[in-house]
Amino acid sequence: MKKPDIIFQLSMRSVRLNLLRSVLAALGIVIGVVAIASIGMISANMTLSVTEELSATANVLVVTSDSGGGGGSGPGSGSSSSDDDNYLTSDQFDDIRKAAGSSYVYYLYSESDRIETSDSSGHATVYAMDDEAMTEVLTLTEGSFPSTTSQVVIGPDLVERYGIEVGSKVTIGDEDDDEGETTVRVTGILEERGMSMDINSDSAIITTEKFFTGRYDGEDEYSQVNVVVDDIDEIDTISESIDESLNKKDDEVRVQDSSRMLDSISSTLGTLTSFALAIAGISLLVAAVSIFNVMMMSVTERIREIGILRSIGTQKGEILRMFVYEAAIIGVVGAGIGAILSLVIGYVVVFGMVGTTEYFFAFDSLANVPEGMIIGAVICIVSGVYPAWRASNLDPIEALRAE
Amino acid sequence: MGIIMDSTPVIALEDVRKIYPLLSGDVHALDGVSLTIEKGEFVAIMGPSGSGKSTLMNQIGCLDVPTSGTVKIEGQDIGELSDYDLTALRRDSIGYIFQKFNLIPLLTAYENVEYPLVLKDRSYDTSGRVQALLDSVGIDPALAAHRPAELSGGQQQRVAVARALVNEPAILLCDEPTGNLDSKTSTQIMEMLARLNREGRTVIMVTHDESTAEYADRTILIQDGRIA
Repeated sequence: MKKPDIIFQLSMRSVRLNLLRSVLAALGIVIGVVAIASIGMISANMTLSVTEELSATANVLVVTSDSGGGGGSGPGSGSSSSDDDNYLTSDQFDDIRKAAGSSYVYYLYSESDRIETSDSSGHATVYAMDDEAMTEVLTLTEGSFPSTTSQVVIGPDLVERYGIEVGSKVTIGDEDDDEGETTVRVTGILEERGMSMDINSDSAIITTEKFFTGRYDGEDEYSQVNVVVDDIDEIDTISESIDESLNKKDDEVRVQDSSRMLDSISSTLGTLTSFALAIAGISLLVAAVSIFNVMMMSVTERIREIGILRSIGTQKGEILRMFVYEAAIIGVVGAGIGAILSLVIGYVVVFGMVGTTEYFFAFDSLANVPEGMIIGAVICIVSGVYPAWRASNLDPIEALRAE
Repeated sequence: MGIIMDSTPVIALEDVRKIYPLLSGDVHALDGVSLTIEKGEFVAIMGPSGSGKSTLMNQIGCLDVPTSGTVKIEGQDIGELSDYDLTALRRDSIGYIFQKFNLIPLLTAYENVEYPLVLKDRSYDTSGRVQALLDSVGIDPALAAHRPAELSGGQQQRVAVARALVNEPAILLCDEPTGNLDSKTSTQIMEMLARLNREGRTVIMVTHDESTAEYADRTILIQDGRIA
């Protein structure tokens, strides 16, 4: 029969004797671990899901005009309007096509506009591209691509938000605006594409080129040009060659690939995560204070016992160990419960905030649980060190005199 | 176990002084005490409260070191020992019996006796020695499974005696061993100590009770930090 270390047994019994107090102290650690692990998991899941979505279009280079001076070249969402000079010309498009070699190159018009259905209204991105590009780039789940200017296809997010179906009528624009209102018919619904930088079709309306230029003017003034590279290893070469051929004198165009976007999203997520982790860290700090308090109480209550232990030959180091074990038991149990709870709570929170638990069991996500656990347990042990040191350095004669 | 004559005394104090510096002036708790105790002796230390007998006890018990002078336990000068070695000396060479029993409340009676043995050997008792000692002081296994709080004063002190003996110490140091016991139990405990002394153990006992002191071969009287 192998019995555990007698010093450890004393620690165990002390925790058990003051169970309520120990449980309350452990609760702080539980909360801290759950907070840290859940936030870490949310961040990891967001990053993984964004990375996955972007990597689907990792072979796409997005070329936008650089004449607007930085601001107007955001991907997708129509901030580059044909009303200003922030557009690519058809000459530039031809140059890009030449520089891109065998890659598939298409242009995109985009604009943000008001839309209205029979029961609600809001804003959406309106895209247009030539008919060939439309069939090449987009996939329908239902219906067909527009064949006349009064026909459009729409993204799945809009379908959900406005209850649109194939055959529904949608009014684009506002009667008070210069462009006025135009009513179009939905002929097809697009497949979900997720987040990407080339074209965010999920919450957009795709019209024909003729409709778009008829409504917003700006023929041959493209918001962006997308280059779909055949071989992903060539993406840098093609990016450079476009840059060289178009930006010879002035910086005319800006060439971006999804890795750039991923970097910027990751860094934003990283900042947000650090901020959230700092708040979670405060809960661990509070837990550390409560462990410290409990340990100081335990030492004070047991001064006489420490005196007895010392007088009959217990070494300072063994007394130290006894109290550090006590803190460690509270820490490990707290961190363990915290780990189990963070799996449950993390799953729910990730589902709520990221919208999918597809990546929940990925290493980067689950690694937050042991990480949080170790941080929690270590903080607990560290909080117990000073009280333990105090206990071990008590004068045995003084300690024995205590009541 | 018979008395083996040894040239080194178990305890030898030479001109021991213990001074406690206070704001109101130094307190000379021990003021030049010289004392030799041979192996197998039963010595009672008596004196009024504040006389310095507790301080003397702490010196012999290796809980404290003198301000000046030497205290030798089995020839070992405790003033030269580190805290670690002093603690080990308390564990291996001295068995304490306190007035307030001082059992460890978290451990059962059995575990209390086993504790110093585990500290020394770093393993649990498998020889049956712990229970044999408990039997010899009249604590049966059923009783030994109880925590100190569930035992009477007399039972606790018996467990304390067994604990003091478990590491075969050279000295049995008793601080008012019957101070918290009724007269009948006191007699039983004193008989037990006398028997242990007859078996060859050195017993040193601090007491203020004349009748208890009668069990001793020699009585040392302390007054104002000196041997009177």
